[in-house]
Amino acid sequence: MIDTGPSEADVRAALAAVPDPEIPVLSVVDLGIVHRVEVRHDGIDVAILPTFVGCPALDIIRSTIAEQLGERFGRPVTVETTFEVPWTSDRISAAGRAALREAGIAPPVDPEEMRCPFCDSADVVMDSAFGPTQCRSLFYCRGCRQPFEALKSV
Amino acid sequence: MTAAAPSIAGLDELLLTLADDEFVIGFSDSEWTGIAPMLEEDVAMSSLSQDELGHAAALYGLLAEVTGQDADAIAYDREPDEYRHARLLDHGRGDWAMTIARRYLYETADAVRLEALADGSWPPLAELVAKLRREERYHEMHVTTWLQRLASTQGEARDRLIVALEALGPHAGTVFTPLTSEGPLVEGGVLARPMADLERDWRARVDAAFEPLGLPLAPATADPWLGRTQHGEPFRWLWGEFTAVRRSDPGATW
Repeated sequence: MIDTGPSEADVRAALAAVPDPEIPVLSVVDLGIVHRVEVRHDGIDVAILPTFVGCPALDIIRSTIAEQLGERFGRPVTVETTFEVPWTSDRISAAGRAALREAGIAPPVDPEEMRCPFCDSADVVMDSAFGPTQCRSLFYCRGCRQPFEALKSV
Repeated sequence: MTAAAPSIAGLDELLLTLADDEFVIGFSDSEWTGIAPMLEEDVAMSSLSQDELGHAAALYGLLAEVTGQDADAIAYDREPDEYRHARLLDHGRGDWAMTIARRYLYETADAVRLEALADGSWPPLAELVAKLRREERYHEMHVTTWLQRLASTQGEARDRLIVALEALGPHAGTVFTPLTSEGPLVEGGVLARPMADLERDWRARVDAAFEPLGLPLAPATADPWLGRTQHGEPFRWLWGEFTAVRRSDPGATW
């Protein structure tokens, strides 16, 4: 039998198990950064979209993808970053948004539609547009009196 | 993978000026890490600086592809006189009002410049610019809020803001220093309009924001051609800081 190798769908399924290093409840697929997957007879090429231009997690994401796909499919993997299309926060999947809320991080929405990830109150205020990582802002919930983080809407 | 660099004269000069601007303001503002007037601003300035340095890294990366050099070597291995950032960014950190004034003048100018690059004919730069503009929106929002806040108080905050704007004023327009190969860049469709046009738009916009706040308008640049080559002592000090690690162990990686 001829080894036809993995299909693109196989590779995408394997990518769904690669976590984002800063928000591990999200896979790189849920985060919406997988732009292109190409399977060649002698290797696999993946192109990913940086969430932020200077995201310091990019190198780790690239090496983790290369390592995990390499182990799983036994062929060389290249991972490049591209700005061919801009990553936007609406690329995060429905499952990804639910996982974020579960982890106490509000998924990205326009500030006026923001809700507390803990108690779902809409009585929230933005403390600062800038948070502990480039992609997050700081909010405070007047409902349950908890500060929380939200992914920036970009 | 990036599309082969077109043989458009001046692309390297354009990329160098864009990258150096982001690099220098990113390093300057990172000096607030740990000592900003309040915790939220400590976080905000650190995050903003990280954005700007990320933008610089991406732009140096494009430049490296055009010239075949190493991006880190371009960023760190030049002498102070070889940097091409705008003189506006050359004033040292100063107090909080100085930082807000400088950020405001720079961010508004950068927004006009990025708009003129957004539909450019070289896809790698146009694509990157599309992404940069989404991030810079947050920067502009942040600095506009602060400018209005300082300007609307009576007393020390406003006085300091005015002192800062007066000190920076003569250099405010240097972000739009004409490029030596501007003609080919405009003809080649990389840059939508000449820098002088962009500067006019920017001044109209800043004037409209400053007049109701009673803030001093920036005078015309005395010698527009020297806007990116005459660096002062504050930059020489900053250069010493940001190259210190690189110079202490050339070629080190980690």
